[in-house]
Amino acid sequence: MRITVDLKKCNDHGQCVFSAPAVFSLDEDGKLSFRREAADTYASGDLDESLRDDVEEAADACPLQAILVEG
Amino acid sequence: MRVVVAGAGMAGLRSAEAIRKAGFDGEITVVGAEPHMPYNRPPLSKDAIGASFDQAQLPFRIGKAAAGVSWRLGTPAVAADLAARTVTLADGAVLEWAGLVAATGTRSRRLSLPGPLAGRHAIRTLDDMDALRKDLNLARRIVVIGAGFIGCEVAAAARAGGMEVTVVEPEPLPMRRPLGDELAAALLRRHEAHGVRFRLGAAPIVFEGDGRVRAVTLTDGTTLDADLVIESVGSIPNTEWLDGNGLDLAAGVACDERLHVLAAGGTGRGDIVAAGDAARFPHPLLPGEPRRIEHWAVAADTGRHAGAALARHLSGGDPAAGPAFTAVPAFWSDQHGLRIQSFGVTGSGGASVLEGDLDGDVAVGYERDSRLVGVTLVGLGGRYAHYRAQITDTISALAPASSACA
Repeated sequence: MRITVDLKKCNDHGQCVFSAPAVFSLDEDGKLSFRREAADTYASGDLDESLRDDVEEAADACPLQAILVEG
Repeated sequence: MRVVVAGAGMAGLRSAEAIRKAGFDGEITVVGAEPHMPYNRPPLSKDAIGASFDQAQLPFRIGKAAAGVSWRLGTPAVAADLAARTVTLADGAVLEWAGLVAATGTRSRRLSLPGPLAGRHAIRTLDDMDALRKDLNLARRIVVIGAGFIGCEVAAAARAGGMEVTVVEPEPLPMRRPLGDELAAALLRRHEAHGVRFRLGAAPIVFEGDGRVRAVTLTDGTTLDADLVIESVGSIPNTEWLDGNGLDLAAGVACDERLHVLAAGGTGRGDIVAAGDAARFPHPLLPGEPRRIEHWAVAADTGRHAGAALARHLSGGDPAAGPAFTAVPAFWSDQHGLRIQSFGVTGSGGASVLEGDLDGDVAVGYERDSRLVGVTLVGLGGRYAHYRAQITDTISALAPASSACA
């Protein structure tokens, strides 16, 4: 399982952080921390299957629907 | 075995997914009034007046969890017989079910006033937006009726688009009930600084114009010129299809704390759950009567919770053993480039500034019985996690012992 986050869509609402804190985090300015790693699209490596429920909930909870769960 | 989900909005979609994820392998049929697959509504009020609006971005992805779900769109449920376990659709079809989800949402309340109808709009559905965007090209002066969050978002968006905007609101301040007087007054100042005009303490009584709205006359006798009127004056839960079954449908579908619908006599029915804007439920943060909470996040959260509760019943589990719904209610609003984030139950009781100042970035807390029950942040997204944890603590402290682990 992998995720991609469309950082152009993302508006840093942070709802994903509460659904899947092991995957998503905000920096101290309230910006999604993946912004330090990518400009337009963040693509994760392979995530452990045990995170699936949390990650799917995060994708649902995103107001901008910017998170895609694949695999 | 079939589950019928009445309502094809986000709550209906999330409940269907949750039922499937819980292992239910029978038929799931979602019926909806609108002809569209489930779509995301917040951009309608936040972006649709702006040039950046992209309708193609609105539909939700239909993932594996909703594979094999049947969609009957444009044919809403119009009646239900809960004793016989049937739902009747607008096209006359009668569907039998073993489990039912009531997720029919709300519709916009409209003003019943003399005058032309053309040029008056509500903002809730894609079809509303299509109608609005056709009229927008001609509009220079917009009158927004109602200064709740939707009205204020639309006003800000229209102002950003260069239109003259006047907001009419009977209350003395915009967004007063959800935010409290002091923060509402501060946001009023910000709107006015961006050129939005307000007529507070006033209400419309007549729409003027010959075939199309040209002006609005108010209770104070003054008249506002208007090329376009947007009515954002509240919502009405779509519960008429459940009439005649002895349910408590006053201001929404009454549920127990697990989102099972209360049958006559007041006990939850295992085979019927409710979710989304139409559901009225108790919550640890809400004293007294169950209430509807019409936030985007709550529609998703109740959808998932209700779907899991129904699946538990259908697989032979004891509905009364399921967890209570205790998710943190949360919403956000974007106005004039400001990010407003609220969570918990805001506006009630004592409000105080937790940090910052009201005319800049600020955190406002709302207390009841000396407990922090809600927080609103303006421009302080970096403090969201800090304050949200405090609301989670309050929920844990107030939740009935039997559901404290939910």
